[in-house]
Amino acid sequence: MPPEHARGRFVVREAPRLAPMSALSRDDVAHLAGLARIDLSDAELDRMVGELGVILESVAKVQEVAADEIEPMSHPLPLTNVTRPDEVRPSLGAEAALAAAPEKEQQRFSVPRILDED
Amino acid sequence: MSSATSVAEEIVDYDEALERYDPVMGLEVHVELNTATKMFCGCATGFGADPNSQVCPVCLGLPGALPVVNEKAVESAIRIGLALNCEIAEWCRFARKNYFYPDMPKNFQTSQYDEPIAFEGHLDVELGDGTTYRVEIERAHMEEDTGKSLHIGGATGRIHGADHSLVDYNRAGIPLIEIVTKPLTGAGKRAPEVAKAYVGALRELLRALGVSDVKMEQGSLRCDANVSLRPRATGDQSQDDVPLGTRTETKNVNSLRSVERAVRYEITRHAAILDRGDKITQETRHWHEDTGVTTSGREKSDAEDYRYFPEPDLVPVAPTRETVEMLRGTLPEAPGERRRRLQNDWGYSDLEMRDVMNAGAVALIEETVAAGATPAGARKWWTGELARRANVEGRSVEEFGVTPAHIAELDRLVRDGRLNDSMARQVLEGVIAGEGAPTEVADARGLELVQDDGALEAAVDKVIEANAEVAQKVRDGKVQAAGALIGQVMKEMKGQADAGKARELILAKLS
Repeated sequence: MPPEHARGRFVVREAPRLAPMSALSRDDVAHLAGLARIDLSDAELDRMVGELGVILESVAKVQEVAADEIEPMSHPLPLTNVTRPDEVRPSLGAEAALAAAPEKEQQRFSVPRILDED
Repeated sequence: MSSATSVAEEIVDYDEALERYDPVMGLEVHVELNTATKMFCGCATGFGADPNSQVCPVCLGLPGALPVVNEKAVESAIRIGLALNCEIAEWCRFARKNYFYPDMPKNFQTSQYDEPIAFEGHLDVELGDGTTYRVEIERAHMEEDTGKSLHIGGATGRIHGADHSLVDYNRAGIPLIEIVTKPLTGAGKRAPEVAKAYVGALRELLRALGVSDVKMEQGSLRCDANVSLRPRATGDQSQDDVPLGTRTETKNVNSLRSVERAVRYEITRHAAILDRGDKITQETRHWHEDTGVTTSGREKSDAEDYRYFPEPDLVPVAPTRETVEMLRGTLPEAPGERRRRLQNDWGYSDLEMRDVMNAGAVALIEETVAAGATPAGARKWWTGELARRANVEGRSVEEFGVTPAHIAELDRLVRDGRLNDSMARQVLEGVIAGEGAPTEVADARGLELVQDDGALEAAVDKVIEANAEVAQKVRDGKVQAAGALIGQVMKEMKGQADAGKARELILAKLS
């Protein structure tokens, strides 16, 4: 539970800053791929270690210049209150929704066991 | 991790627990809004639709889908905040609450973190003895509901031991408002009652606002109850200076009665652990309606690191002060004032009104009277037969499928002299059993008072003749003796007579 709430504007409290990056390991990438259920070949893993490394370095550079008085930005456009009216629009339909599901049963998405056995 | 099969835990007597410990509660209520569409997409929200028939790329979290906020949901959130005497944020954002669990296909729930739309409010709650307890509100924020899982392969449909699970995402994305109280202190042994009264008052408020169906049994209003105990203050110490104990969070509390029972149970369970000198484990507990106990769920641990960050796909919500004031103008009258007005209109005594409140039937009676019932008739059924049943079965009065229109119709049938009281009860049984509206049930079951005065008169004569001694007593002025004769007449008429009319006839004949 959040410790307290903001009054009015966002207060930087636990801004999601990345720690100065130690290099991403191949194991890290394999772990993340597993969490995201993305099947990567060895060659792809090697490539992703390099590409993600570049992204992390770039973010680290931004953090070098981001001083405390600069508020973190969550959206590039200065917009507020973008809403839609409460009107029903067509859904996909169950058949289309389930078409890409690896497993389905009783018109539901079938997922592997959620809790490991004790 | 233990499961529901664990043996019952030790508890201590409730009053004893309260002698040594001071309970502190925190209540989190999730309310599903009754908007036509979901929080971030145009999918319909109707309850009970075919599995996965109300889903789209946004609520399925498909790549490239962009959420857009439901305008009405924001308005409802602000109205709820205002009704709870909260301040409304001038600017706030949504945040991603990241977790890996298949009930949210996005792998995060779009919620609000440290910028809730409403904060710092209160709700005054009237207790059974007529006193008021002020519940301080920490925050009310916007988020979305999750999908529903069916666990397959386990013994009892539980997640433990299940082989795999089936997920229906119709509910995923339905607008939710989470209302969080500050720690509720000072309630003492009335803590369980305060918890029940708060959820009841909140339900009444939300219903009056018209923002939710507030059906606890269908999950559109859900309560998580946090309970902790701390030692009673000693000597000059103020109770407020005693640090709070470790809390447990009981989930799956789906009726007002369960809220009260669950809090009470946790107090007695905590006390037993503390008495032994052991420590409370901070964990989630599951409430079991049937056995009246809680069992251990998951321990709160690193898994609770949700890596919140501002939602980049949504822009901030910044309600103008004009909008807020416009919405304030749409608030219904405060529940306290409303109750006083209704009590006056209906001519109920304080005690009668309290019964009505305890049965959670204020709005139901209002609708029943609007549908044509007398206030006395409406009260009689909702707080009588239906409340009694609800209490016995541990349900709420709305769960029987009986509507205000039904009760108004039943009341009319009695007033028109078609049914007597015991027949009306049978008709109500039929309505509860799903046999239709009262008139249909009465027709189908052949329930109708005999309007044939000749038949009634004949029965009266027969009974007087057969009970000469009793009849003489009545002639001698012992009017209460007529009761026995009325009973005989009703028996003679197989219950299908108007007892009032029978009484009149008997007294007339024996005067």
